[in-house]
Amino acid sequence: MSILGTRVVRTEDPLFLTRGATYTDDLTDDRLAGALHATFVRSTVAHGRLLSVDTSAALEAPGVVAVVTAEDVADLVPIPPPFPFVNRAMTRPWLASDRVRFVGDPIAVVLTEERYQGEDAAEMVAVDIDPLPAVVGTAAAAADEVLLFPEAGTNVMASFGEPAPADFFDGCEVVVTQPMVNQRVAPVPLESRAAAAAWGEDGRVTVWCTNQGAQQARGQFGDWLKMDPDLIHLITPDVGGGFGAKIGADPEYALIAWLAKHVGRPVRWAENRSENLIGMLHGRAQDQVVTIGGRRDGTIEAYSLVVDQDCGSYPRIGTVLPTLTMLMAPGVYGFPRVHAQARALATTTTSIGAYRGAGRPEATAALERAIDLFAAEIGMDPAEVRRKNLLPAFSEPHRTPMGATYDNGDYTAALDKALEAAGYAELRAEQARRRERGDVRQLGIGMSVYVEITGADNGAGTGEAASLEVHPDGTATVLTGTSPHGQGHATAWAMIASDQLGIPVEKITVVHGDTDRVPEGGGTMGSRSLQQGGAAVHQAAGELVELARQRAAEKLEVDPEDLVVDLGLAGLAVRGTPGTGVTFADLAADEQLLVQTRFTAAAPTFPFGAHVVVVEVDVESGKAQVTRLIAVDDAGTILNPLLAEGQRHGGYAQGVAQALLEEVLYDEDGNPTTSTLADYPFISATELPSFELVEMATPTPMNALGAKGIGEAGTIGATPAVQNAVIDAVAHLGVRHIDMPTTPMRVFRAVQQAQGGN
Amino acid sequence: MQISITVNGQQRTDEVEPRLLLAHYLREVCGLKATNLGCDTTSCGACTVIVDGLSVKSCTVLAAQTDGAQVTTLEGLTGPDGEMHPVQKAFREEHGLQCGFCTPGMVMAAIGVLADNPDPTDREIREGLEGNLCRCTGYHNIVRAVQSAAGAGPAAGQVPQAQEVAR
Repeated sequence: MSILGTRVVRTEDPLFLTRGATYTDDLTDDRLAGALHATFVRSTVAHGRLLSVDTSAALEAPGVVAVVTAEDVADLVPIPPPFPFVNRAMTRPWLASDRVRFVGDPIAVVLTEERYQGEDAAEMVAVDIDPLPAVVGTAAAAADEVLLFPEAGTNVMASFGEPAPADFFDGCEVVVTQPMVNQRVAPVPLESRAAAAAWGEDGRVTVWCTNQGAQQARGQFGDWLKMDPDLIHLITPDVGGGFGAKIGADPEYALIAWLAKHVGRPVRWAENRSENLIGMLHGRAQDQVVTIGGRRDGTIEAYSLVVDQDCGSYPRIGTVLPTLTMLMAPGVYGFPRVHAQARALATTTTSIGAYRGAGRPEATAALERAIDLFAAEIGMDPAEVRRKNLLPAFSEPHRTPMGATYDNGDYTAALDKALEAAGYAELRAEQARRRERGDVRQLGIGMSVYVEITGADNGAGTGEAASLEVHPDGTATVLTGTSPHGQGHATAWAMIASDQLGIPVEKITVVHGDTDRVPEGGGTMGSRSLQQGGAAVHQAAGELVELARQRAAEKLEVDPEDLVVDLGLAGLAVRGTPGTGVTFADLAADEQLLVQTRFTAAAPTFPFGAHVVVVEVDVESGKAQVTRLIAVDDAGTILNPLLAEGQRHGGYAQGVAQALLEEVLYDEDGNPTTSTLADYPFISATELPSFELVEMATPTPMNALGAKGIGEAGTIGATPAVQNAVIDAVAHLGVRHIDMPTTPMRVFRAVQQAQGGN
Repeated sequence: MQISITVNGQQRTDEVEPRLLLAHYLREVCGLKATNLGCDTTSCGACTVIVDGLSVKSCTVLAAQTDGAQVTTLEGLTGPDGEMHPVQKAFREEHGLQCGFCTPGMVMAAIGVLADNPDPTDREIREGLEGNLCRCTGYHNIVRAVQSAAGAGPAAGQVPQAQEVAR
């Protein structure tokens, strides 16, 4: 029986559970002996002219070796926008020189012998800022009255698409429009950002940093520091979560490398959480307007989504994410007319990057809320409206009005499975009873049906590199360009190799995140790893078998065609003649047994599913509690159910978190008010139920494993299902819409307003 | 100032700054890096260790305050023969960890929960671990791991060196 599809426990865990993983701040590498500690001095003002930075007192403080300001980094070219379509004037200085653009903008760096000395000395750097008006929110940004980059002439970083034609909704019996907020949230990987750098006498720099793709980060370092990438050895040690916020190098990381050269000593940096919550990329932050039109029989004829993306101060990945939102705007439905348009806007806040789902949860949230609004308007069950408009099951590629090509899907089956597992009819009956009785705790039932894009080209193509070597002692090594940070690739890639070679999983080592050993790689993001990186390992194992076959045929003096893989032997045997084989290890002893390959997927894949969520809402306090979450997530063939389920669970929690609780907030002056975990309501165990998972697997033809991505399904499906459930719980009281997060205060006020109060 | 602390069964004496946090003492002075820091506000629990039988967040305790105390970290849970603690085993079997950053604190907190209540319900586990944050697992498999560890009996709520654990 194949090991694929079985619940193999992780090979990573014994070390993680007994000694702990080795994160960047845990490193004790000899090259970092005597490293200085970097502490950033950051702007405490959202927007202003930087008048002066006085470092004299800090330089006198104990343990201070250097205090670096903009003048010292004048030889570094300001960082250009990461995309060609962004206004070119929106460059990012390495350290603020004449202007600060968000609370957290780096102004100076203090280098000290010891860590605590850095915090002491940083407070002694005197910064004088003449405040300018803050730009908080997309409306203020779009007004273009206060500009972050006056030389750009606008706060608009980029625009995508055109307005809908004036007659777009003509002929619709019912048209519903609703502005909605897909709020700014903080990714909060438990490991904050950290980096370390040391230069060798050979002119090369070794950089360690916590990141989702060493190779991509190395390329950025090279571009920014004007260095040959071959002179940069970038290592991502164990990484304590990323969720998209560790995609791409942060300027701080490259600055640590520059500082190490500047002072001629190794330098390390580890931010604390309050620095992380203002300095690390945030996610989502879209203001949307949805308009949906159709007939009273439930047929939807036209759908429009208009997005204003808050990008924060400096352009990062968030600037381009509205294009993914637009691409996925039609979702699982076959609407005849779909329109989407977006603007990306600069505000005096922390920059926006990718956060689990990255553009697709925003599309699904808008669409699935729109369906519920339409259903409420015509008085039809939301499940029925969905069924009426879902694309029929398809096994040949389907091209959408927005230009995506879905590989395959059966959305009705997914919805039906989820509703059946939930016991939908009985839930509605229970809801009716509670409404009839006027219970304080009302029941809400929400659902979503989603399709998402995974394995999209992230700039490194739709492929991945892998190499596989069997050693004479019977062990094997896999080198992969993916970058696991909790996903379990060490186990999963070993399973794939083991399945074809018969070498036990425990004897296969997976190496990643080291650009000297793995120069090529696309990292782990966009739910690409298994369908591209795993597929590359699968391809490598197949190629290794063929290489071994030729060598074994010579060694055994038989026809290669007569040799078959003997998994028990971990080698090749002559067909029909037991005991005649040769092991891969024996062949490796004769001559290095190594293959290097690259797998390229023909196209991205489109996982899909349906979620049903049950909430209880206390109508007197407004508090919502999720009591059940039932999820169908079809990601094609599952390699290791234990790992796939873990990915789903984590996504559901983040979906519930966004729908119910979490939001990054700024006051009108641009001061962050959620910059510690005491203020930012990170979801805890008490706010979640145990989840109910329903299996469905439609293999994709895009790779030999049949695998689609699973990493982001949870946030995409769960978020709107929870939001819909909360609104459904109070819909009978006249509530039509509540923006996320559906906090007790928001729910309470919505009920009060619907009942005619204030 | 000078402090004497028994860390994972070994007594040691160190000269420390009075303001040194226990978490930094364990990491930087003792070289025990399993204990992680995930916040500055006693919110996340990644730094949870056991001090004289109590599970505490070591970012909120000064090393000086533990002078004379017995401290157990994740590294101190494994027996001399390499045998994992029942809670460690259960976390592996139930896939109760992904990136691993919250794990050392989560394991120590789970031991505290089981010391307090050897047979907790799903809800009691969730309430017991409310002060320990995880971004990867959605807590689903952590709750299952604690339930599974409870099945191992009283050892699941104890740390080596026969220290009594209570919350």
